[in-house]
Amino acid sequence: MRKNLNVIAAYSIMMGLIILVGLFQSWNIALSIFNLCLISAVMTMGANIQWGYAGLINFGIMGYTALGGLAAVLISVNPVQEAWSAGGLNILLSLFLIIGMVLAVRYVLKKYEKSKTRTYIIAAIIILGIIVIRFVSEPGIEAIEEVDPAKTGFLGGFGLPIIFSWIVGAFFAGGLAFIIGKVALGLRADYLAIATLLISEIVIAIIKHEDWLTRGVKNVIGLKRPAPYEVNLQQTDWFINLVENFNASKLNSISDFVERQAALNQFVIEGSSVFVKLCYSGLFLIVVIILLILTQKALYSPWGRMMRAIRDNEEAANAMGKNVVKQHLLIFVLGSAIVGIAGAMLVTQDGLFTPGSYRPMRYTFLIWVMVIVGGSGNNFGAILGGFVVWFLWIESAPIGLYLVNLTTAGLDDTHFLKVHLIESVPYFRFLMMGAGLLLIMRYRPKGILPEKIEIK
Amino acid sequence: MDFVNAIILLLNYIFVPALAYGSQLALGAIFVTLIYGILRFANFATGDMMSFGTMFTILFTWYFQSVGISLGVLPTALLAIPFAIIFMIGYMLLIDKFVFKYYRVNKSPPVQLAMVSIGVMFVTQAVVRIIIGPSDRRFFDGEKFLIKAGEFKEMTGLNEGLAIKSTQVLTIIVTLILVSTLFWFLNKTKTGKSMRAYSDNEDLALLSGIDPKKIVMITWVIAGILATIGGALYGLDKSFKPFTYFNNMLPIFAAAIVGGIGNPFGAFLGGYVIAFSEILLTYAYRKFFMYILPETMEPGGLVQLLSTDYKFAVSFSILVIVLLYRPSGIFKGKVL
Repeated sequence: MRKNLNVIAAYSIMMGLIILVGLFQSWNIALSIFNLCLISAVMTMGANIQWGYAGLINFGIMGYTALGGLAAVLISVNPVQEAWSAGGLNILLSLFLIIGMVLAVRYVLKKYEKSKTRTYIIAAIIILGIIVIRFVSEPGIEAIEEVDPAKTGFLGGFGLPIIFSWIVGAFFAGGLAFIIGKVALGLRADYLAIATLLISEIVIAIIKHEDWLTRGVKNVIGLKRPAPYEVNLQQTDWFINLVENFNASKLNSISDFVERQAALNQFVIEGSSVFVKLCYSGLFLIVVIILLILTQKALYSPWGRMMRAIRDNEEAANAMGKNVVKQHLLIFVLGSAIVGIAGAMLVTQDGLFTPGSYRPMRYTFLIWVMVIVGGSGNNFGAILGGFVVWFLWIESAPIGLYLVNLTTAGLDDTHFLKVHLIESVPYFRFLMMGAGLLLIMRYRPKGILPEKIEIK
Repeated sequence: MDFVNAIILLLNYIFVPALAYGSQLALGAIFVTLIYGILRFANFATGDMMSFGTMFTILFTWYFQSVGISLGVLPTALLAIPFAIIFMIGYMLLIDKFVFKYYRVNKSPPVQLAMVSIGVMFVTQAVVRIIIGPSDRRFFDGEKFLIKAGEFKEMTGLNEGLAIKSTQVLTIIVTLILVSTLFWFLNKTKTGKSMRAYSDNEDLALLSGIDPKKIVMITWVIAGILATIGGALYGLDKSFKPFTYFNNMLPIFAAAIVGGIGNPFGAFLGGYVIAFSEILLTYAYRKFFMYILPETMEPGGLVQLLSTDYKFAVSFSILVIVLLYRPSGIFKGKVL
């Protein structure tokens, strides 16, 4: 108990802050912060597995998040029959061609020794393949995108419950990580960072511009929900009764029936959105707890010990007969898969998929700030980092506004400096993140909750 | 005649823009490479440092415009750049003193320095947005075109016009002057040579009496000059927007690595490699083939290898290929 005192204290402070937001701003805001904190925590856990356990630097988090989001779309949206009949055949054919191309490259790689000719042959296969695929897919893509472009214009998905996409998202992200890992894991740390950052940009470019698959920048809206809809809740009897009981004391003080009914309606409307958010919180909390148990188990298992050995001294681990390359690939895939789950969760909560919103600042660098601030190598630290940083990211604008008002209190309200500062309040979050990261790295380089391994 | 038209077409839409864009990338890439070669970390704040320098250029340009100083046909920004450079260098030395120095003295691993540079990136981004705001700013004044498309057509009687913006010429000339001065400095002067020695082998350089403090300071000074001029030229040619500058970091990194990181000449050429391949692969060649081929063979589609949406993806793919087959870059060899 005493050993974990700092963990408990840190989490209680965090929860207290969120409850304060609930009391002073509104429970709606507090819960949406809490939900995004949970999603951030999942992402941070994924990044922490790679960085904290194995020392792999992965700046491609944005790409895996987006792939998770794509999974949510592909799983939950109903298939667009017309689009399938218009161009489905071409797309399937192209898919087979891609598989054939990959197999051909594999065959050449296996069959022949490494030489210049082999490189040329592979290059020729790939270039020819791309040209053929373009010819095959172009008419199909055009036909698909012409099917009711205002509403669909894409193939749609499988029409399954969206919750499945959390698993599928993990597989998508893991698959991408496998390819990237095969390609890039041999690079030095900072090269790996740059390479993964750029590859994730390529992934985003593809998701943004392949309209037949993702609707691109036209966005996919109105995705299915694992939680009830507010409108339906507001007309359900048991929910109205629940809200009535919950607010009984306030309602009873109103004697007038019409007024009482109006107040009840207001409570029901507010209550319904809080209830929906609570449903999401419950789902996300389950994911976070499952992942936490698994990652904790992994951390203390012989496998976790081996990962730390590899991280701390690669050569020695290699000499002891550990397959460093294979383990790096494995952990790269695992961490990315967890980030993929978070990506699917994010789209599930928003109910919409907006490829244009994936930007490295928000989805890569911010997550890294979370990992570093929270404490790399410590799962509790990583989750705490997700909470703290997301909380500050959202609440820094109000805090900034307060500070601006405080420091410029002597100035006239129309003074240009004050107006300018108030306009730029949203950017205080960058300042806060940057300053926070720099301070933590300087004075507490292991994070708020540093890595602490006890051998049991 | 058709052949000349085709050539002019390529010059107008590919060669001139790519040369200008490549020069802007080249300056940024040399900046990255210098920091990497001498201070030994990947600077993720590159784009934002460039936007910081450009911001001061814009502020001084506005000041000069308001007091009525101008350079006639040339943009006023040229006059503002030296003042902006002074502020930029001051900012960089300040950052170095309070942030990077600690890690350098402690000999932290490069990854840690890269992480620290992310913190600097956040702070710089905030400072720029708080001072000048996130919106698009144009600060170009003076004569816009050196040759207008219409004039060119009249002059030569060709179908295709060749438009050359003065900013493009300016970019290329300034880049050439700056880069040749830099190479002269690195190769011929004593300080430049000691910088190269320091980058090659730190311990040996220290033993032979090179002052590391001086080397680091001069590196930041050169970096400040490069970042400000590179950023200002990009802003003059296109426009200034903090977010675009942040994004430009990616092709700049690509250019630096493709050229062989730590090698300034490689970075210089890498900028052009990236710029040309981006534009060559995403240009629609339909009109070009219409001039070249007989009418019966005219292509039906746009004859575009990749849609322009994939412009950035092209440079990143080149980078990935280079990293796979030649991790030390195209012009490998010595460090710096």
